[in-house]
Amino acid sequence: MITTLIYSLTGLILFGMGFFTLIIHSHPLRKILAVNVMSTGVFLILVATAYIPLGEGEIDPVPHAMVLTGIVVSVSVTALALILACRIQETSNSSLPGKRQQGEVPEESIR
Amino acid sequence: MTVFQFSSPAWMVCPVILPVIAGLLCFLFSHRTFAIALAAVLTNFIVVCLLTGQLLVLGPMRCYMGGWQPPLGITLRIDGPALLMLLMTAVTGLAITLYARGYFSYRISDSRRAGRHQRQQRYFWPLWMLLLAGLNGLFLSNDVFNVYVTLELIGISAASLAALSGKPASLLASFRYLLVSLLGSLTYLLGIVFLYRSSGVLDLDLLQNLAANGSGIRTALALMSVGLLLKTALFPLHFWLPPAHANALAPVSAILSALVVKGSFYMLFRFWFETFQSTITLPALNFMGTLGAVAVLWGGVQAIRQHRLKLMVAYSTVSQLGYLFIAFPLARVDGGIPVWSIIIFMALAHACAKSAMFMAAGTVFLHLGHDRIKDLSGVRASLPITVFAYGIAGVSLMGLPPSGGFVGKWLLLTSSLGSSQWWWALVVITGSLLASIYVFRVMSRLFVIPEGFPLKKSESHFRLLEWPALALALISLFLGLAASWPLYILVHGTTTLAQVFAGGLP
Repeated sequence: MITTLIYSLTGLILFGMGFFTLIIHSHPLRKILAVNVMSTGVFLILVATAYIPLGEGEIDPVPHAMVLTGIVVSVSVTALALILACRIQETSNSSLPGKRQQGEVPEESIR
Repeated sequence: MTVFQFSSPAWMVCPVILPVIAGLLCFLFSHRTFAIALAAVLTNFIVVCLLTGQLLVLGPMRCYMGGWQPPLGITLRIDGPALLMLLMTAVTGLAITLYARGYFSYRISDSRRAGRHQRQQRYFWPLWMLLLAGLNGLFLSNDVFNVYVTLELIGISAASLAALSGKPASLLASFRYLLVSLLGSLTYLLGIVFLYRSSGVLDLDLLQNLAANGSGIRTALALMSVGLLLKTALFPLHFWLPPAHANALAPVSAILSALVVKGSFYMLFRFWFETFQSTITLPALNFMGTLGAVAVLWGGVQAIRQHRLKLMVAYSTVSQLGYLFIAFPLARVDGGIPVWSIIIFMALAHACAKSAMFMAAGTVFLHLGHDRIKDLSGVRASLPITVFAYGIAGVSLMGLPPSGGFVGKWLLLTSSLGSSQWWWALVVITGSLLASIYVFRVMSRLFVIPEGFPLKKSESHFRLLEWPALALALISLFLGLAASWPLYILVHGTTTLAQVFAGGLP
């Protein structure tokens, strides 16, 4: 029981940390990572939920199925968000033609 | 073959499967995308009509996928509200499909940047088909976790559609939209975890029978509601909606504003008025009503302040969504017609009117190359049908008789006065006043023809751009005259809801 509690609390803390970062920081990559940390937190709680013993040596398989689905969803959403972030950077760079022609990398893209 | 009989519940699968197949085929045959999409949307419409007949004859039905019963298997369920939402999606989707065809062929006929517009069209159709599948799946699913999956499907395809125009503003708006919808669905998923911990089931029927009222269920409901509210864009969580809806391509704006926000709203409605209705308290309903009232006023004022037509229509969506929530606290009133059915009815009327309005705004944008409200004069002369469609959609948004919006607002007014909660009636009237200001502000510009204005003939390929908008606007207008019909389906198709609400909410 205490193990389940520790895992669940860690998951909740991860969710909260991710949420905080998502709200506070403006950099796209940080936001994407924050959402990933949040989803990891939720998955951790789900896995901990599965550990509640049903009988002798059995655990609940339903949360596992949910975590698997959730991981698939989170991978595809992360891919889409990364592509969008790249496009935003490309279009905002091309609006600075002077810098681009000289072959310089704008400062924002380094940070 | 028992599967193809009229009474077979397997028909329910078609609205989900057909668009998925069509979406995949669109990727394979990139030259016939419109034909594939049109076939899918038409078949979907026919199947939904068949489901309507089935519902009226046989009553609400359930379909157990693969014959597995609820705790293990996936259940599809159809009843009054689900069917009306399916019908709304089918009709609006058909009109939007035709409009999108006209929109893209007009833009491709313009030789500048034709390649870019062709690319946009190539990606629009499969994404729209997948979005349609997600929406239909959401309306039919009877399982909390399936709702999560369909919400994610809707969120991903909607964000990609919003990014389709490729302009920096729309990319930024769609990135924000994606993050918000992701935050919403993660909060919803956390709610599911709490729900599963305290009840051990995910099926909506089983959850309703449980009628548990622990702190776990309450936390779960709060988390799930916040997640859905974020996706529905209720004030103060509406900040992402206007830029995302206004910067998208015109058919996409119509889809997002008319259908996508209704998806998450529908689930919220299901949870609050069916599955967890024993958990809901009066203060919670009043809280929702207050947020809705603020949304009506704030959205209306913001819509008046906008300088661009599409932004104005987008803020009008924020305002109109507020009305749906004002009906929440009134649902306890035991009147002639249960108030919860008004909520669905108003959602229908808004979907038709708002998609017509966004289509008209898109046509005006194509014609003029901008949508600044102060420079709109003279459009009436070149696009008479579009201006007519805009006006009629505006009539429904303002709530003038005999439109669908009028019936919804009238029922709201009578039930709020009947239960001596007059403050809601005040908000409804003020909201209509604000709506008439922002609709007429544009109308007056559209009708002014400055001296020496060159009167151009309407071009023939505008036809597919103009008529779908007018058809939807007329549907929203005559929905008021035929109001008894959808209300009949609602009451007829929901024996469970009818039993629950026979004596008002507990």
